[in-house]
Amino acid sequence: MTAKAETKRKRGPGRPPKTVGSGVNDMPPTEDLVAMYKDMLLIRRFEEKAGQLYGMGQIGGFCHLYIGQEAVVIGLQSASKPGDTVVTSYRDHGHMLACGMDADGVMAELTGREGGYSRGKGGSMHMFSREKNFFGGHGIVGAQVPIGVGLAFSHKYKNEPNVCVTYLGDGAVNQGQVYESFNMAALWSLPVVFVIENNQYGMGTKVTRAAAGRALADRGMAYGIPGKQVDGMDVLAVRTAALEALAHCRDGNGPYILEMKTYRYRGHSMSDPAKYRTREEVDAMRKQHDPIDQIRDLLKNQHVDDARLKEIDSAVKATVTKATEFAQTSPEPDPSELFTDILLPLTDNKLVAKV
Amino acid sequence: MAIEIKMPALSPTMEEGTLAKWLVADGDDVRSGDVIAEIETDKATMEVEAIEDGKIGQILVPAGTQHVKVNAVIAMLLEDGESASDMKLPTPDAPDAPAEPVAAPVADDTNPSAETAPMAETVATPMAETEWSGSSTSLTVRESLRDAMAEEMRRDENVFIMGEEVAEYQGAYKVTQGLLDEFGSKRVIDTPITEQGFAGLGVGAAFGELRPIVEFMTFNFAMQAIDQIINSAAKTLYMSGGQMGCPIVFRGPNGAASRVAAQHSQCFASWYAHCPGLKVVAPYSAADAKGLLKAAIRDPNPVIFLEHEVLYGQSFDVPDDDDWIVPIGKANILRSGSDVTIVAFSIMVGRALEAADRLAEQGISAEVIDLRSIRPLDSATIVESVKKTSRLVTCEEGFPFAGIGAEIAMQVMEQAFDWLDAPITRVTGKDVPMPYAANLEALALPQIDDIVAAARTTCDGFKG
Repeated sequence: MTAKAETKRKRGPGRPPKTVGSGVNDMPPTEDLVAMYKDMLLIRRFEEKAGQLYGMGQIGGFCHLYIGQEAVVIGLQSASKPGDTVVTSYRDHGHMLACGMDADGVMAELTGREGGYSRGKGGSMHMFSREKNFFGGHGIVGAQVPIGVGLAFSHKYKNEPNVCVTYLGDGAVNQGQVYESFNMAALWSLPVVFVIENNQYGMGTKVTRAAAGRALADRGMAYGIPGKQVDGMDVLAVRTAALEALAHCRDGNGPYILEMKTYRYRGHSMSDPAKYRTREEVDAMRKQHDPIDQIRDLLKNQHVDDARLKEIDSAVKATVTKATEFAQTSPEPDPSELFTDILLPLTDNKLVAKV
Repeated sequence: MAIEIKMPALSPTMEEGTLAKWLVADGDDVRSGDVIAEIETDKATMEVEAIEDGKIGQILVPAGTQHVKVNAVIAMLLEDGESASDMKLPTPDAPDAPAEPVAAPVADDTNPSAETAPMAETVATPMAETEWSGSSTSLTVRESLRDAMAEEMRRDENVFIMGEEVAEYQGAYKVTQGLLDEFGSKRVIDTPITEQGFAGLGVGAAFGELRPIVEFMTFNFAMQAIDQIINSAAKTLYMSGGQMGCPIVFRGPNGAASRVAAQHSQCFASWYAHCPGLKVVAPYSAADAKGLLKAAIRDPNPVIFLEHEVLYGQSFDVPDDDDWIVPIGKANILRSGSDVTIVAFSIMVGRALEAADRLAEQGISAEVIDLRSIRPLDSATIVESVKKTSRLVTCEEGFPFAGIGAEIAMQVMEQAFDWLDAPITRVTGKDVPMPYAANLEALALPQIDDIVAAARTTCDGFKG
């Protein structure tokens, strides 16, 4: 299934950026592939369930599903090392599951319950896990990018051998603070991989209607940041590119940009009728480029039998079912929670004002 | 006739400087544009150029002289054909009338001259935290802020400072002077001009368990970064169910500078105080500036630290203690009184104290409270005072609408309505963008007379 070459899509003048494909040499052991398949499937099934719960009124507010983009975060995580940090925007459920956060806690946050990662106070867009090095979950387009650079700054300051993987979308790349971040990251050689998840639409606006110039991978060119365009529907291509980018950062060479050519099957959020694209366009991506179908085919080629695949499907389904039950039965936060977590208490008595 | 060469004002708030070096001597010919001297201001070393052709008749202020007031005559320049006998040296008793308005941030300040004591000492009332009984040293607010940062950086290697011109330039207002030398470029970091970017980077670093001090050259520029301050720094602890503490200090000068007009003169206290998740402090004295900044750096929460450019050069007694902490959230009663309570913060404290002096001359005993912290607000101290005086005047440089005074008035009404004998009065900046013209600027800023008038209104008009 290697190098199903990147589509010929080319925007603007200039050479098409180099596309990384998965080469034979990059092939991970079969059991690693199985794990990746399982992780991607968990995101898919989790998000489908979240969509259902939203339709039932059990999830409120904004809810941005990651369906179609699973290969991006799983490919990146498969290349990451313990201690690497992750930050993203609000289409974040997949990233949290990929970081190893518990599906129960993520789903319970979606339903606004005490058992959620933010104890029901953050919701879909604002979830965090210090334990799993997941730093959000940020609701303002582009605001997570300088924060990611700050996490990279702290890695370097503390001489940690780690990288911050900072995700942003094709909409965010037009925010000014993204370029402020690129500049500082390059200026100070900070270990950060900027992963641009180009799913073709910033809400309802096609990327070609919003972004001037050529590939988004080239957006760091002025700062000397290397960038690559990657088939983001192919988890092995993502993994190969991620390994290269992370090694570049870990070796002290400063930031790296990966533009993941991906696609979201669902609307921008649950309330998006998606009138800006055709059903045929979505179906074509699903049928020809689906990241989970691709890795399932690969596993079959590697002689993983149907029974094993079925077993995985069942396990994933059970995880999602359990998470759903937890999210439905976990109580709402106690009313006293309204006034907690606004400020951290002072532990040093010298700092405490005595009234 | 010989021309007077005067000590130039080289920054909007400069009142005096050090005449570091003469590059000419008596009798030297100079041409317009020649560099004749070097002057150290509170911010930088600047060159002084001759503004006319001529011969240096006499240098009146020798190199190395400190505290030379702006507009003091520093040398005489002879024009063609003149000799030394043509010079009419300025008499010490005649203060120079400035040719143009110099740094006089408040209209009630007399124009500085070489003969009067530095304004800093005349306005500032030396004071220290009441509990302090040890020795103390007179320091400027600028020096005390620098000392606070240096001490905390020595104490905790995760403390670092970043901002525009904080390192090699030694601080746009010289607040970070010497820090680069001591702590190196890893911990004292010059940023590009990129407020939103470095504010966000600071937040990320704080999430990464460092303790950033982010300096804004002024808080006017922090508006570029206010999304990161509010949405990222202030709210994330709550949105994460208590996981994501953000120990960060955003500091810099706030409020009106002098003659820099609307985009560079604004008090943002009520903007930041409005939002839960932030602490907001605005010290007046050097002792409080030091103790509060140290408390802010050690605080596990984001702290907005509002300084004032006009106060940077003012001197106060500061306790000799590397562990001098002023807890955030505690106001200080600077002057006890029985007829009216005047609440102020930052530069308005000095004006409130002066107003209290004048009121005393008029038979009104005013109690002056320095809030020091805007949020948490020490409403208990205010309420206790109001229960004693039954009258309240609030002072701030900011706009009146939804300002700090409005909040204090509401809290006092909620907590001490029955003790009030007169409506609460606000003294604020006028509800206009800051004008440039000197006369209009003076009108826009709250003055000592405004405080006196407000206090008199509450006392005279409403005899309990």
